[in-house]
Amino acid sequence: MNTERFLNQPSAWLPVDPDDNVTISSRVRLARNRKDAAFPGWAGEDECERIWEELREVLMHCATLKGPMAVGMAELSPLDKQLLFERHLISREQADRKKGSGVVLREDEAVAVMVNEEDHLRLQSMRRGLDIVKAWDVANELDSEIEKKVDYAFSTQIGYLTACPSNVGTGMRASVMLHVPGLVLMNEISAVVKGMAKIGLAVRGLWGEGSEATGNMFQVSNQMTLGEREEDIVANLEQIVLEIVEHEKNARLRLFEQRENVIRDHAGRAMGILSHAHVLTSKECLDLLSDLRLGVDMGIVQLQGPEVVNDLLILTQPGHLQKLEGRRLKAEERDVARALLVRSRLNRALKKSDKKNHE
Amino acid sequence: MKCEICKEQEATIHLTQVVDGAVKKVHLCEGCAAQSGFDVHGPMSITDVLLGMGDAMPEPLPTLKATERSCPRCHLRRVDFKKTGRLGCPACYEAFEDQLVPLLRVMHRQDQHKGKIPEREKERVQSTHKLGALQEELEKAIAEENYEEAARLRDMMQAIRSAKKKKPRKPKKSDA
Ligand SMILES: [Zn+2]
Ligand SMILES: [Zn+2]
Repeated sequence: MNTERFLNQPSAWLPVDPDDNVTISSRVRLARNRKDAAFPGWAGEDECERIWEELREVLMHCATLKGPMAVGMAELSPLDKQLLFERHLISREQADRKKGSGVVLREDEAVAVMVNEEDHLRLQSMRRGLDIVKAWDVANELDSEIEKKVDYAFSTQIGYLTACPSNVGTGMRASVMLHVPGLVLMNEISAVVKGMAKIGLAVRGLWGEGSEATGNMFQVSNQMTLGEREEDIVANLEQIVLEIVEHEKNARLRLFEQRENVIRDHAGRAMGILSHAHVLTSKECLDLLSDLRLGVDMGIVQLQGPEVVNDLLILTQPGHLQKLEGRRLKAEERDVARALLVRSRLNRALKKSDKKNHE
Repeated sequence: MKCEICKEQEATIHLTQVVDGAVKKVHLCEGCAAQSGFDVHGPMSITDVLLGMGDAMPEPLPTLKATERSCPRCHLRRVDFKKTGRLGCPACYEAFEDQLVPLLRVMHRQDQHKGKIPEREKERVQSTHKLGALQEELEKAIAEENYEEAARLRDMMQAIRSAKKKKPRKPKKSDA
């Protein structure tokens, strides 16, 4: 697989939706296993190899995947693995695997299947914005197609059987990615996180360690997988996310009312630093891009094609940067390359929008 | 509710652990939970937490010796599961049922799948449900001393059971 193509393609998990700046993307993941084999973590290398080949063959003929691409982990360089990981097409765990494991994906990256990660199959469907119901529909359709050819491990009592008991039942993890700088700035995010935990949803930062969420990006997902219908899980998640979006919009309004200068200052500084810095660490870059994104959302900063901010969130990650440069870079070299990329992209977007504003 | 470790902060993290099949709750604040090594943000971490805490507990009762049992199909031992939190094969769910069922109840607060059923399993699931319903009717008929009805129900159940057995099963590829 030629991974260069990804550099010029908007990522399926970070698209741009002009009408909704809070929910970024929705994802449904289904865990499935074959009835007749040991789970990948316990199976021998030969068995994994055989299963990967058999399942790849099945997947290559799935209409839902529309003429997919397939690649084995053994064929990918560490850098290419990093690239796929940063685009949410494979997991960190799968990136560590070599023979007998691989990924099959649709050209637009919106549907992907990890083979022999923790389970034999991890089907993934990603959609722009808050579109979790449709994401489930697509995953469900692909799953129905696969089950015609693969005899799944399934129990009448506890549903789909998975390597980890925390996925048993539906095997489904539905998640929505949110950008909530308003809730963070108003110090309301921890209350939201606690509230979610009470109703069985997990919230975690997309980037950064522990409870700190670099770039104010969070992922909300269902915690339990057994005992509820898939339709109810996604409907419930959607309902809750709509409420969070309301809270976020509300927080932004109050912010603007109470601390307009602070918000303008944040956005202005973000723009200033990002368009002039020569060294940018990844944390600083993410935090500033979040401030800038808020500024664009609130109409404080005008950019030609606001998707430049989302593009930069993807492209400034280490794997993407090194792929763009065409070589391995040390951490300090990455910080310089990152600043250069951000500078040139942002100045281009600014010049165009200046021109547009004057016309 | 105050955190059980520092007894100062409000407890916002409520963990449940299983010790010898008994469920025990622990209430911690975010800081203490993090210090105790719980990744409270990973949705996949519940098993690890449950099993990890089990390790810190005194040796299990002799009847639950971790090394005694293994899955007849993949030979995963109870200790292997304890170590990784991952099972070896689908048959493990039956082999370790006594340990897994309470774990599942704690994790999911439910123990009956209500979601999608693969097409090729539908008949089996339906006949299982049908058998359950007939069994209830049968017990009722016996209680009411309606033996004619009971005999009829028994015949129906027998028919379903033999149809279930006769259903051709795909031969297993290998018993790895
Ligand atoms: Zn505490
Ligand atoms: Zn097993």
